[in-house]
Amino acid sequence: MSIRITKLSVLLLSAALCLPAAAEAQENGQFIPVVSYRTGPYAPNGIPWADGIVDYLELVNQRDGGINGVKILYEECETGYATDRGVECYERLKNKGPTGAAFINPLSTGITFALTEKTLVDKIPLITAGFGRSESRDGSVFPWNFPLIGTYWTAADVAIQHIAKELGGTDKLNGRKIVLLYHDSPFGKEPMPVLEVLAKKHGFQLTMIPVTSPGVEQKSQWLQIRQLRPDYVVMWGWGVMNPTAIQEAANVNFPRDKMIGFWFAGAEPDVVPAGAQAVGYKALMLQHGAGRARVHDDLDKYVYGKGLGKAKPADTGGVLFNRGMVGVMLGIEGIRTAMAKYGNKPMTGEQVRWGIEHLALDEKRIKELGFEGMISPVKISCADHEGTRTSRIQQWDGKSWNIISDWYTADEAMLAPLLKEAAARYAKEKGITPRDCSKES
Amino acid sequence: MLGIDPTKIAFFAEVLVSGLLSGVLYALVALGFVLIFKASGVFNFAQGAMVLVAGLALVRAFGWLEASMPFWLALPLAIIFAGAVMTGIAWAVERFVLRKLVNQTALTLFMATIGISFVLEGLGQQIFGAQVYKLDLGLPRDNLFALESLFDGGILLNKLDLWSAVLAAVLVAALVIFFQKTRMGRALRAVADDHSAAQSVGIPLTRVWFVVWTVAGLVAIAAASIWGSKVGVQFSLVFVSLKALPVIILGGLTSIPGAIVGGLLIGAGEKLAEVYLGPSVGGGIEQWFAYVVALVVLLVRPQGLFGDRIIERI
Repeated sequence: MSIRITKLSVLLLSAALCLPAAAEAQENGQFIPVVSYRTGPYAPNGIPWADGIVDYLELVNQRDGGINGVKILYEECETGYATDRGVECYERLKNKGPTGAAFINPLSTGITFALTEKTLVDKIPLITAGFGRSESRDGSVFPWNFPLIGTYWTAADVAIQHIAKELGGTDKLNGRKIVLLYHDSPFGKEPMPVLEVLAKKHGFQLTMIPVTSPGVEQKSQWLQIRQLRPDYVVMWGWGVMNPTAIQEAANVNFPRDKMIGFWFAGAEPDVVPAGAQAVGYKALMLQHGAGRARVHDDLDKYVYGKGLGKAKPADTGGVLFNRGMVGVMLGIEGIRTAMAKYGNKPMTGEQVRWGIEHLALDEKRIKELGFEGMISPVKISCADHEGTRTSRIQQWDGKSWNIISDWYTADEAMLAPLLKEAAARYAKEKGITPRDCSKES
Repeated sequence: MLGIDPTKIAFFAEVLVSGLLSGVLYALVALGFVLIFKASGVFNFAQGAMVLVAGLALVRAFGWLEASMPFWLALPLAIIFAGAVMTGIAWAVERFVLRKLVNQTALTLFMATIGISFVLEGLGQQIFGAQVYKLDLGLPRDNLFALESLFDGGILLNKLDLWSAVLAAVLVAALVIFFQKTRMGRALRAVADDHSAAQSVGIPLTRVWFVVWTVAGLVAIAAASIWGSKVGVQFSLVFVSLKALPVIILGGLTSIPGAIVGGLLIGAGEKLAEVYLGPSVGGGIEQWFAYVVALVVLLVRPQGLFGDRIIERI
């Protein structure tokens, strides 16, 4: 017995001694951590999202030999959508690679809230494409946060714009009843300030009803909605809350085409489990939707053709898979922008932050990247870490999502003062002196 | 009617009935806990994970089989497959965990079930996948309106909820008969009272444990089928077990009728609280309100409404 234990100890010790050596001997490259969740209650949404990220990183390596010839090194870490585990992953991965993590994309608003102050100290950009803190759009107060291509506040405004359009104009909102059915968590509460302002401005009655995480049981909420008889339900859900809500809506005969989910309630895992009951349901798009572009052909050729793909080939055009690709593509283009200034070598977090802050993707560049039709042009600056405030509406027909609107642009005149005020409040709380963006180059 | 708006009465009835229907489902999950506790004195933390694994085994097997055979054949075969998986788990739990822990403290056994829970959750997702799987057992999903002659518009009921409650009620009745009327049921109760004493009178402890974990596994299949057809089979089924905790606190850990009454009280109580008290405190109270009800009962009757009062003489 003791001999076996000794042998085991020697084996473990040798392995432990070899591991750091192996890590140190790793090749030169740009390290990008992939913080994801493939297990737990939010796995059905987390898996395709993570697959899109990993497959795109692999595509850049296989097709282009990396970013301007600098190979991408990446490692995935499982958070289970838990904030504590997300922070643990961040701490474990932040110093990996020759220059540390290029950026972190936590795929969770809860983890984003927890990392906002840490990334400031560690000087690592925090990319939160379509999620995170809405006020972090203000780069003068949040230099390390990048809520690229859409914040929750943008989404809230676009949702009301679309409702107004369906009703026949903003004047028709007066006296209407709109329910916000939200996930009772920081992300679920994000749209409240904007919706409250809009309710006051347009004269509609706003009722906000929380759903306790994860949202498997919503009978009470939908009975309240049945009693209230609202004109529309705006849904701010994630994971199992979404298909459950759609089914409960059907159970109380609430029309699905009067439900508008925000862009994290508008993917295949949100509607497929609800079957026929989801037909007619609408959701916002974080710019892109489902479907394929030229980048998918490249994936087929360079990644799936070599047996390196993470997802089933048929799933690579899904909403969340595309979201994963778009999010990480923006980060990679930020690195490329930084390389144009600092040279083609692994970038530090500070250099990448500069790169993302000077990221500009016009129609031509988006087409070159193979993302034509998936996103509108993006231009990031010190004052604006969002880059574009546009969205469209899609509707589920039982088999696929169909785009049913033109592009909406969020009302900057309404959002800007709200954001400024929220960012200033945060700066005051944390003792941050905002940067003077006019002096940034 | 006493000057009360009939629509308000109808709405109250809708909330109450939907709470009672949910309560039957909570009772079904609570039964899994009660069964194992009655037979082994173990508070089985892994019951939620068992519901998840049972659901995943059922839905994946059903999906594979339905592609090559008719529904009426695929469904029973899938249930048999899920039953075999749960029986295998019961065997493994008895063989590799419980057998080593005979006569250990209740806390040790409880900690062991926490470990089993994590293993089952991880292995279940690894083997069967972590996506949302739609489960259509052919149950009707449309609505009906009851008491239309009494209330304008009637009381809205969903047929899936009604069928789920009926199935759960049938299963609960079968379990009551099994425990009260069969030889094995009596043996299970004897083991729960005292492991050593049961062994000394010739009750095969290991076999009893295997049987009870198998029965709990079958209850998990039923719970997963019903909840799975409502919300899809996915990891969140684990959280359904959390709904059972206040039910067993209220009804008593050792009582099958307690699980039923507890389920109904918690189901109705939490829905009424959410609808009538929730809006005044910001909503989202049903999750913890159920525990408030259970704790209040504990203050008055520590053994729960129907639990056995345990007196240990020194």
